[in-house]
Amino acid sequence: MLKKRIIPCLDIKDGRTVKGINFIGLRDAGDPVELAKKYVNDGADELVFLDITATLEGRKTLIELVEKLSLEINIPFTIGGGISSVDDVEALLKAGADKVSINSAAVRRPELVQEIAQQFGNQCVVVAIDTKNIDGEDYVFINGGKIKTELKTIDWVKTVTELGAGEILLTSMDFDGTKNGFDTRMLKNISQICQLPIIASGGAGKMEDFTEVFSETTATGALAASIFHFNEIKISDLKENLKQNKIAIR
Amino acid sequence: MIAIIDYGAGNVKSVENAVRKLGFETKITSNLEEIKQADKVIFPGVGEASTAMKYLKLKGLDVLIPTLKQAFLGICLGQQLLCKFSEEGNTKCLGIFDLKVKQFPATDIVPHMGWNNLIKTKTSLFEGVSDEDNFYFVHSYYCEIGENTTSECDYILPFSATLQKDNFYGTQFHPEKSGDIGSKILENFLKL
Repeated sequence: MLKKRIIPCLDIKDGRTVKGINFIGLRDAGDPVELAKKYVNDGADELVFLDITATLEGRKTLIELVEKLSLEINIPFTIGGGISSVDDVEALLKAGADKVSINSAAVRRPELVQEIAQQFGNQCVVVAIDTKNIDGEDYVFINGGKIKTELKTIDWVKTVTELGAGEILLTSMDFDGTKNGFDTRMLKNISQICQLPIIASGGAGKMEDFTEVFSETTATGALAASIFHFNEIKISDLKENLKQNKIAIR
Repeated sequence: MIAIIDYGAGNVKSVENAVRKLGFETKITSNLEEIKQADKVIFPGVGEASTAMKYLKLKGLDVLIPTLKQAFLGICLGQQLLCKFSEEGNTKCLGIFDLKVKQFPATDIVPHMGWNNLIKTKTSLFEGVSDEDNFYFVHSYYCEIGENTTSECDYILPFSATLQKDNFYGTQFHPEKSGDIGSKILENFLKL
């Protein structure tokens, strides 16, 4: 049986891990390679690194980081943040990343999804979507959640599926940072029309939240950051807890 | 020296890192002579079947690979290309295994992405591996089950997780991305 995936997310700035609350206010949460190794030992099923560096020097640091990670990590990992061309993707995959996550750049130029899928395969294209509910409708936001688009999340998921995305990383901006649990309403709504694997993101605060998201939605992965970085939940304890609740877990 | 066949797409680096960690020398190459001389050959695969076959033909690898006598391991698309035909791009493949590669029916989430366990394992690659162990899969096409099937995995339907015929081995999962248990499989192959 296919197992549900627990995926720690490490936000990277200039080669260090940071995590914002509701996308604002960053705290230092350590060295990414050391954190990544700790998570692999604890039983993480995959890792996601989101680079929020804006400078060119920072991007070069990122490639070096991916090379280091590729040497140390023997489970799949995804790199996202600031990827806007096939060349960016090639550099990251060559450095050893397994998948890339694209967000704003895909909204600005949807063909990018197709270009990456054609050249490197659907399996490496994760489309990350930041979604927020406005007057009862879920809308896509870009630029780290700062800019609202006119795209309805449900339509955007259909579009990127047709363009060749392999996976959707779906972050609820309404729930992100609140620790009140995953946005099961939104996730159910989107997963009804989505044939791709969905990673649920935003809102994880306690172990029960993971049981809830896996039993009430079709998400095959659940992502969280600060609760893991600040040791509020240990991944090995979480997986034991999920097993007791009859969730298929590695 | 372990030759890792490079065909322009995909993440050959993680395979190289995994093999080196086990203490073996590697060379990423598409050079026919180097591949012929290698102690073992690993053919990692991600990407699309027809594109990969075109590249193999361009390099003459479609002719060389079936003649190789040393232990040969195809990973993921690498295993699929060792079959005779793939529905992905309606591609004629290398034909080592007399099997078809088919697309998963869209009755569940596709690709099959994540960790899954194997059933009915019967290959020397699995020494030290138990039925509860999980391996990392990511694929939308699968190899049918046939006489060369050495383990199955069940997702939507049962399919060949691993194949073997003579010196040719295949794994649909990624041993290089399957944690310590994946390294064990690679080690078993490298010590054949």
